[in-house]
Amino acid sequence: MSISVQNVTKTFGSFLALDNVSLEVPGGALLALLGPSGSGKTTLLRIISGLEVPDRGAILYQEEDVTGTSVRERNVGFVFQHYALFRHMTVFDNIGFGLRVRKRAKAEIRARVMELLRLVQLEGYENSMPSQLSGGQRQRVALARALAAEPKVLLLDEPFGALDAKVRQELRQWLRRLHDEIHVTSVFVTHDQEEAFEVADRVVIMSKGKIEQVGSPAEIFEHPANPFVMDFLGNVNVFHGDIRGDRAAIDTLQVPLSKDGGDSSGAKAFVRSHELEIQRERNGRPALKANVVHINPARPVVKVRLHAEEFGVWLNVDVSWDRYADLRLKAGDTVYVAPRNVRVFVHDFQI
Amino acid sequence: MASPSTTTAARPLPRRAHEDPTWVRWLLVGIALTVMTLLVVVPLVNVFVEAFAGGVEAYWNNLVGDPDTLHSIFLTLMVAPTAVILNTIFGLAAAWAIARFKFPGRAALTALIDLPFTVSPVVVGLFLLLLFGLQGIFGPWLREHDIKIVFAFPGLVLATCFVTFPVIARELIPLMEAIGSDEEVAAVSLGARPWHLFHLVTLPSIKWGLLYGIILCNARAMGEFGAVFVVSGHIAGQTDTMPLRIEKLFQEYNLPGSFAVASVLALLALVTLFVKTTLEWRTRRDLEERKRLAAQGGEA
Repeated sequence: MSISVQNVTKTFGSFLALDNVSLEVPGGALLALLGPSGSGKTTLLRIISGLEVPDRGAILYQEEDVTGTSVRERNVGFVFQHYALFRHMTVFDNIGFGLRVRKRAKAEIRARVMELLRLVQLEGYENSMPSQLSGGQRQRVALARALAAEPKVLLLDEPFGALDAKVRQELRQWLRRLHDEIHVTSVFVTHDQEEAFEVADRVVIMSKGKIEQVGSPAEIFEHPANPFVMDFLGNVNVFHGDIRGDRAAIDTLQVPLSKDGGDSSGAKAFVRSHELEIQRERNGRPALKANVVHINPARPVVKVRLHAEEFGVWLNVDVSWDRYADLRLKAGDTVYVAPRNVRVFVHDFQI
Repeated sequence: MASPSTTTAARPLPRRAHEDPTWVRWLLVGIALTVMTLLVVVPLVNVFVEAFAGGVEAYWNNLVGDPDTLHSIFLTLMVAPTAVILNTIFGLAAAWAIARFKFPGRAALTALIDLPFTVSPVVVGLFLLLLFGLQGIFGPWLREHDIKIVFAFPGLVLATCFVTFPVIARELIPLMEAIGSDEEVAAVSLGARPWHLFHLVTLPSIKWGLLYGIILCNARAMGEFGAVFVVSGHIAGQTDTMPLRIEKLFQEYNLPGSFAVASVLALLALVTLFVKTTLEWRTRRDLEERKRLAAQGGEA
């Protein structure tokens, strides 16, 4: 079941939560809505589900316009951020709720609940109360409950937000495998880019009620559409400079551009931490002179923080362990930092 | 959950720095206990002592031997439950509207619910007389259609309802606001219709609070005097409820009879107090568990 969001606008009082947003979710996809808080991602999810009604625009499931249909009739599975399990019901009754209110036969409910308990790996827990379960188990009960009535789409609001790091990691991979097994069109909201990139086929990056970019994780990572996406993805150094023809001038650093950018000022240049190279000596390539301030021997790369005094910029550089061993870096050393790959944006357009 | 107090508890100190001096504490406790004893315990015990002054047989005779007294007990057992049922429906509707929806006039409705607590019951009785009495606004119409409200059962129910209607709503509004609507929204997303939503999700989570409100409402309804006094017309064997009967027996210098009926009301009060305390404890425990659950599954 594909989902089509067409020119949806939503305001809460004077706050513009969604500004003329359009989005296609192909049938069977696992799509992540990624953005900072207040970007409108949860509002978009709730509008897709029918929990929220758009001010303008339409929602289509396959070809059918469901904009005016209530959430009750849309048959969506919704997993809430804090699970919202029925506290006074057993795990069995929680999962069977959607079937019970649809007046399915007892035997059918029993069979389906048992099947789902197997699917979410909670066999034997049917008589437990939600309060007896761990966070990760509750999350899985919430998922099973949402899947019970065989929904056309599965919608998850920050599904791993309330869990600790280790459980979150496990559940992410588990959700990915589950999706590969059941293939229901799924949309989930997250503010964690690592989560979005790891789990989803397609990622939608949102900011201030608008969609900034849609694409596969690789597309977005390789070709960020604009400075916001570049910045939001993180692990990046930002420089300010001017464009002079086919060169970008960032202070005294001249960076060749792939095409002529005309003359303009106020350009932003982004260099990812792993795209900066530390050298002991100048070797003719454009490089910034900088002092090593701090070394964080993390895994899988060593994170080095430097200060380029004459430009007044701080730099974060990721160095492989082999390279780190060759360089024998220590705090206070003076080195040269050369960019391998620079992305220059002028007024939201990449050059 | 290791708090610093567990370590200090190991070596008890005579008195912690932030506590008041011993004599202040004992003085306050003493005043509270004296007032409680004089105003509550002594009169309560006295009611039972007076009621049983002539022995158990005389007590029983005072209750069931007098047909008017017996009727007053019967009438109270009719009026109070009727009022409680009506107020349960009203209380649920009002609490649902106020706790779950934002609508114009919501603040006004919230304030109005408290009106019966702030108006003297006698005034409430007079309102009803002015509306439904023979000389009242609807009086001629009611007489034409041969409907009796004032000086009859409907009047008693109306007066009791009006005076006690905040009890259940007041109990439910903060409870439903504290519980929040998460589970209800989840139920709707799973396809629940309003009736399923209410009896499968909402009712089980508010049941202790609702029961508590019903018990309290019932106690208030049975004991209601002022408003009922005005609209009952005081017809012995017809419109006298228990509190009215107590007053009448007292005025007739039938002290044993008066105290016998009073003892039944007092006993009811004690039972109510016991049930109320139990329910309060259960409601609080439920809410705490819910909070704990929300905190565990909750914000990181």
